[in-house]
Amino acid sequence: MAAKTLTINGLQISAEEGATILQAADEANVKIPTLCHLDGVYDVGACRLCLVEVAGVPKLLPACTTKVVEGMEVKTDTERLRKYRRMTLELLLAERNHVCAVCVANGHCELQAFAWSLGIDHVRYDYCFPKWSVDNTHRLFGMDHNRCILCTRCVRVCWHIEGAGTKNVSGRGGHARIISDLNQPWGEADSCTSCGKCVQACPTGALFHKGSTVAEMERDRSKLEFIVTAREKKQWIASD
Amino acid sequence: MILNDLIEIKNAELAGRKKITLRCCMAAGCLSCGAKGVKQQLDKAVADAGLQDQVEVRGVGCMKLCCEGPLVQADPQNSLYIKVTPENAPSIVAAIQGGQTSVAQTDPDAAFFKRQLFIVLANSGVVDPERIESYIAADGYQALHEVLNEMAPKNVVESMVQSGLRGRGGAGFPTGLKWGTVAKSPGAKKYVICNADEGDPGAFMDRSVLESDPHSVLEGMAIAAYAVGADQGFIYVRAEYPLAISRLQLAIKQAKQMGLLGAGIFESPFSFNVDLRIGAGAFVCGEETALMASVEGKRGTPRPRPPFPAESGLWGSPTLINNVETFANVPPIMRRGPEWFAGIGTEKSKGTKVFALAGKIKNTGLIEVPMGTPLSVIVQDMGGGAPDGGQIKAVQTGGPSGGCIPAEHLDTPVDYESLGKLGSIMGSGGMIVMDDQTNMVEIARFFMEFCMDESCGKCIPCRTGTVQMHHLLDKIIQRQATPADMARLEELCDMVKSTSLCGLGQTAPNPTLSTLRFFRHEYEQLLRPDLSGPPPNGASETRSASAAS
Repeated sequence: MAAKTLTINGLQISAEEGATILQAADEANVKIPTLCHLDGVYDVGACRLCLVEVAGVPKLLPACTTKVVEGMEVKTDTERLRKYRRMTLELLLAERNHVCAVCVANGHCELQAFAWSLGIDHVRYDYCFPKWSVDNTHRLFGMDHNRCILCTRCVRVCWHIEGAGTKNVSGRGGHARIISDLNQPWGEADSCTSCGKCVQACPTGALFHKGSTVAEMERDRSKLEFIVTAREKKQWIASD
Repeated sequence: MILNDLIEIKNAELAGRKKITLRCCMAAGCLSCGAKGVKQQLDKAVADAGLQDQVEVRGVGCMKLCCEGPLVQADPQNSLYIKVTPENAPSIVAAIQGGQTSVAQTDPDAAFFKRQLFIVLANSGVVDPERIESYIAADGYQALHEVLNEMAPKNVVESMVQSGLRGRGGAGFPTGLKWGTVAKSPGAKKYVICNADEGDPGAFMDRSVLESDPHSVLEGMAIAAYAVGADQGFIYVRAEYPLAISRLQLAIKQAKQMGLLGAGIFESPFSFNVDLRIGAGAFVCGEETALMASVEGKRGTPRPRPPFPAESGLWGSPTLINNVETFANVPPIMRRGPEWFAGIGTEKSKGTKVFALAGKIKNTGLIEVPMGTPLSVIVQDMGGGAPDGGQIKAVQTGGPSGGCIPAEHLDTPVDYESLGKLGSIMGSGGMIVMDDQTNMVEIARFFMEFCMDESCGKCIPCRTGTVQMHHLLDKIIQRQATPADMARLEELCDMVKSTSLCGLGQTAPNPTLSTLRFFRHEYEQLLRPDLSGPPPNGASETRSASAAS
């Protein structure tokens, strides 16, 4: 395979033929932000955060689906791109109900981390406050549509890695949402193998392991009594 | 089927013609106001008068002046009857025998008709779209025969390049170049797709072509398939066009029976099949990559290009996608030569363009004009200006992807570049005329709402940006917006245009941007006066209204 040389932000780098700008940049330690890209599954170019400027091309190009070309001059961090990225994130934050304080992914969320890195401490658009439900019908996992950014990583891992084809997208525009099988409760979706790949893929707290969310904290106080009884009465029994 | 058979059918059809023809419009517009009953009663009246040997009542496609339907044209009398009711039938039959009639008529030589130049619509309103013989009598399928027997595929592509035809779907990509790219793309299997997912509000050109002259589209597709090396075609037509669908089905069946589609066309080694795919109502499926996903049976969402369909389209094979009107241009170009076509229009925009003229204008309907015709000729001379003495304020072209051209620019010639310079686009051919009663901010909101509802939801800028832009436009109309909201709106327009994945999002801000460009004062008048600085002239009513609230 032939190698290609190109510049990213003025830095001369080489990349394998057929590599995307995103892969080439990653290899050269140039970080391009993404939300829909996930190593190991094919790219869809949907989040538009990895858009870059390429000299001689009037349009902005998604780094995740654009292949490197010999002599390409790529800029990944111009003022214009930073502005658009910030707007994209603000639009996402205003779209559904992203409340970090009560989110299972707080501190482990790509959306949050990215917003943080751009210094987003407020949103200039009116919040939409849509009414979205939580699907807790699955034995092991839950899906909170309020936190979904429709990156479709879950759909892609479900179809192309697990091969189950449970997850899909229904509806359009602002009404688009992730569904299971034929828009059934997840727990009734026969095709789901409960592999959990979708939970691993999710960049936010939209898909989560049950038992881990903020409201699901459970205490077993009888344990304390058990130990006290054991210590004081030398009886290894739990009181009723 | 060989050429002689074709000519025999043509001659038999012409020999069977009667002295007098009554052409009844059987396109969706006239049918919706009772044309079916008109034709039945005309048939009956002709039979009652014992004139079956002399008079042919022919159901035809669109006769263009849709606002006056149902239309009936008598030949050779050259009388065009308008707003015909079934009860008028005996009177019309009396008139064609030399009697008097009180049925309303209009001048078939009026500017509305005389300024038109028919290439795509040449058969519309003339041939019976439900009889292939009628199309063959108008030299139909002769171009296909000539192409298959006398031209190599690369010569066909060359002819298309010479003709200068550009895609009529809106973007205006050179058709010959597209054909050449598909022809050169390596692949044993190739496809031809006809994009009949016409979805712009107010646009009905492609529907009319399909309802009026379906065979011209099939013939154009077959010629294209031969040129690029495809053997399978799909017509992606929206389910909202049931009449177009049934006429296409009938046309495909008839063409197959005659050996004009299917295996070994004109006894040559060339085979070409056409199947219909019915859209399920998503506007975004008019975008070519979404359309192909839909044909493949997947969710109709666009994907980034490259790869372009010419290289990797349907099921990964090289695919040619053209619009209905583009294909309908092909048989005349092949029949009359590319030089003839290139002699019509302007330097960079050749041929004619079909427009669906609608809105606040006297004569609404279907028009086909040479490229370069000034907008003023279309709306004033042909359209007759605004009804009820109103003033024309703007002309909207290109639907939700286009823009509003203000009255002071009506001398603009209709071609791809001139409309582009004014921030609009040629588009597929919707042309909506607005008068001085129209609020331009509401127009912008209408189109934004359309784009918001039709966004597929795949990419963030289009999905969320259209919602926020619609919200801001709504806020302006509710007189609750501040100058900061205006700035936010403009910033969003730029961002959504620059970052969206497909054409829908990239052009969704256009109606807003063009009204901001030419009618900015209408926006500013609606801003909250307490926050918008010194009031603009004539905004006193606005101010008092919002002060009261």
